[in-house]
Amino acid sequence: MESLGADVMLALPEVILLGAASTVLVLSLYAGRAGEALAFWSSLAVLGAVAVLVGFTTTPQETFAFGSLYIHDPLAVAVKLFACLTAAVVFMYARPYLQQRSHARPEFYVLGLFATLGVLVMASAHNFILVYLGLELLSLCLYALVVFERDSSDASEAAIKYFVLGAIASGMLLYGMSILYGLTGSLDLAEISAHLGSRTTDSIALVFALAFIVVGLAFKFGAVPFHMWVPDVYHGAPTAVTLFIATMPKLAAFVMTIRLLSNGLQELLTDWQQMLVVVTVLSVIFGNVIAIAQSNIKRMLAYSAISHIGFILLGILSGSDFGYAAALFYTVIYVLMAAGAFGVLVLFASQGRSMDRLVDLKGLGKSSPWFALIMLLLMFSMAGVPLTVGFYAKLYILQSLVQDGMLWLAILAIVMSVIGAFYYLRVVKYMYFDEPDEQLHVRGPGLAQAALSVNGLLVIVLFVFPNTLLDYCVRVLN
Amino acid sequence: MLSLLIWLPIAGGLLAIPAGRVSVHAVRWLALLVAVATFLASISLLFGFDAKQHAMQFSEHVPWIRAFDVYYSLGVDGISVPLILLTTVITVLVVIAGWEIAPGRIGEYFAAFLVLEGLMIGVFCALDAVLFYVFFEGMLIPMFLIIGIWGGPRRVYATVKFFLYTFFGSIFLLVALVYLYLQAGTFEIAQLQQFHLTAREQYLVFLAFLIAFAVKIPMWPVHTWLPDAHVEAPTGGSVVLAAILLKVGGYGFLRFSLPMASYASSKLAIVIIAASLIAIVYIGLVALVQRDMKKLIAYSSIAHMGFVTLGFFVIFALFNRADASAAMAVQGGMVQMISHGFISGAMFLCVGVLYDRIHSRQIADYGGVVHSMPIFATFFVIFAMANVGLPGTSGFVGELMVILASFKANVWYAVLAALTLVVGAAYTLWMIKRVVFGAPGNERVAAMTDLNGREFFCLLVLTLLVLWLGLWPAPLIELMDASVGHLLQQSQLVNLR
Repeated sequence: MESLGADVMLALPEVILLGAASTVLVLSLYAGRAGEALAFWSSLAVLGAVAVLVGFTTTPQETFAFGSLYIHDPLAVAVKLFACLTAAVVFMYARPYLQQRSHARPEFYVLGLFATLGVLVMASAHNFILVYLGLELLSLCLYALVVFERDSSDASEAAIKYFVLGAIASGMLLYGMSILYGLTGSLDLAEISAHLGSRTTDSIALVFALAFIVVGLAFKFGAVPFHMWVPDVYHGAPTAVTLFIATMPKLAAFVMTIRLLSNGLQELLTDWQQMLVVVTVLSVIFGNVIAIAQSNIKRMLAYSAISHIGFILLGILSGSDFGYAAALFYTVIYVLMAAGAFGVLVLFASQGRSMDRLVDLKGLGKSSPWFALIMLLLMFSMAGVPLTVGFYAKLYILQSLVQDGMLWLAILAIVMSVIGAFYYLRVVKYMYFDEPDEQLHVRGPGLAQAALSVNGLLVIVLFVFPNTLLDYCVRVLN
Repeated sequence: MLSLLIWLPIAGGLLAIPAGRVSVHAVRWLALLVAVATFLASISLLFGFDAKQHAMQFSEHVPWIRAFDVYYSLGVDGISVPLILLTTVITVLVVIAGWEIAPGRIGEYFAAFLVLEGLMIGVFCALDAVLFYVFFEGMLIPMFLIIGIWGGPRRVYATVKFFLYTFFGSIFLLVALVYLYLQAGTFEIAQLQQFHLTAREQYLVFLAFLIAFAVKIPMWPVHTWLPDAHVEAPTGGSVVLAAILLKVGGYGFLRFSLPMASYASSKLAIVIIAASLIAIVYIGLVALVQRDMKKLIAYSSIAHMGFVTLGFFVIFALFNRADASAAMAVQGGMVQMISHGFISGAMFLCVGVLYDRIHSRQIADYGGVVHSMPIFATFFVIFAMANVGLPGTSGFVGELMVILASFKANVWYAVLAALTLVVGAAYTLWMIKRVVFGAPGNERVAAMTDLNGREFFCLLVLTLLVLWLGLWPAPLIELMDASVGHLLQQSQLVNLR
């Protein structure tokens, strides 16, 4: 708060990202054909630089800037790091796909950078306004990305749905925030928390506001019963964009939930816990059961995402540091797995054939053994089978639930994960137990393939050496 | 030492995948080399093992996951050593039996079996509950692929059923372990065994364990995945499934249910005994009407596993007796597990030999095999006799011990269990009569060639093992004596809080 200079220094990653994204946007306009390559490589460089910068500012304490609008704490650092990494990985996977469909335009990366900026802003937001700004920045970029193939009617439909429902969700969130503002007279998370703590009686209006905020969060997460947009958007968007939607917003939704519910409204724990129980139970059940009926793999992974969201919220709803750490770990692992799974689909799809249906995966175990193996690992990991890191993610959530005495919720969750195993196994079945209809030889730039291989193998490597990441998640939320 | 036993086959298996792309020949010898090396390593375990004491030996204890207090903790006692030896022997035979598997994915085939071997040894060595669970569940992945890729026409149904059944069962094990961890503050099996729970907690923990291990072993009425999995699995898969995988369930009862929930075990023993007797009698009758040889042997496996669970849970009726009948019951169950490993493995190998020749498992497609394959017929009849429990074969020892012990607990247990000698003889010998004896069923059967060298070797090894265990089981019993005694002490305690 001493000087503007110090504040800006603290927010340097965001400032750099904003400047770089704008520069890339302008430069690529004048670079002609080389614009796409320029945008791609400079985006990677910028993301790398921001990640390094964020890494250097790691701090054990909380620091505030811009009159406590902006918070710099371990959680913000962690989310920013993972966001930069995710964006870079998504760009690498997406590029061959976009090139093959001749959609390789610099705007993809520019929009991606702005979306990442949105996540960074949310990660450091300590004020309702800033949370909302970050959220809208992310969402608007995503709406535009969904119609990146502007001639596709599926994509247009998905984008309209996404936009309308997303706007409703934002409206809900804003409404909830405005009621809270009316009740507490502040938009600052710490002040709201302090105000709520000093109150003696519960008021209906408070719960009312809370309900709107939870609904808004559930919408953004895509949790049941506010999940209607998820399968359509996953399905309608170009696979490379689905990859982005399946990963980045999950990190954002996680950090937004922690900021709003834990930092701001921890005093109302018992109230939002009850609301989240309903949402998680429905998400875990519906997500897993409906995924079984899907024949389109993108829709299947969409419902699978809904069930994984349920698991993340299960960690959050325990309301303890332990549960938050479990949820962060789950989110990171889920983003890793989703990036890998959609990455494999994008890679196969970038060989010039459709990869939308489950049957398109037939016989890939024979024709493309390496990437089929990667997909196999990712599927077992999503199912939570040991020997893959997905097991720890489930175990951690399970432990936090049992610790907080929610044994029946734990049992329900894992019984549903057995149902979930069924459709992940089906992917393996198509790849390994069926004969291929046509041969598929994966070619393409080595960068995407190398990144994908690392991504897949990480599932095993993190299983054997989980300590660094687990300890990090615990430290971040302590 | 134990780490070597676990990781050698896994590393060898991973190496086999690229080797399979280079040369079919090389990968076969690589797989055999790894399997034999693992076997020799497991033999050396015997020399360093002190059977006089019940403590865990060859211990390894390294921190693994700090956030969950999980240790990479290994060790063996007299109960796990025989099972490890069983695993390594059977894997060598499976590699030899799979020598001529279709060369298309031969590297993956051997890789799956070798990785599976490492994981199974891991189950028997793990002293940390999470480590145990990891191996216990991890085994599903290679087995799922083995049945799904190299299996028969209904392999997808069978393998998914297998996976979901066992996954469903073991997930309750995980909840119980997490619960125990939060109560006791440790995942160490030895410490969990000494931890005291309330009666209600014990019942719940016991039920969770029961679901996991009953599916695995499998007990009536959760056995239905086994016949499907066996019928569709390739020969090697059936052998490993019957000989080793089922024993993991029995091992789980000994390591978890009996010591950790001894109070609940003693109260609910009657339920397990009833289910075991139903398995022995009813499943035996079901086996009688099977037309598919593999299905028949699969049902026979379930009936034989009934003896194992009967032996393990009849002890609670024997504790007030002065004699050693409780020890005899558990040892009988253990001998039955080892013996069934050899016999069922051999039976599935025999069916595999027949299947390789005319690609049918239907009993009706055979007849008079003895005319075209006299050597094979000799082996097949020996194993059938062992399956029936003829004195002098290993099948007799375990069943006799369990029946004798249960006679002291309740005459009716023994009477019902002894029915197997009639029913088992009926279904096994009737199958032998229809397959081996009589006039040649058709010209294809008449034209079958007798065993080749590899098949002869596998069956010979198993014959010797079956006869050795049948005629002189003392070394095996001595090996496990101290550990079983310790286990009984633990189970006798009323470990209530």
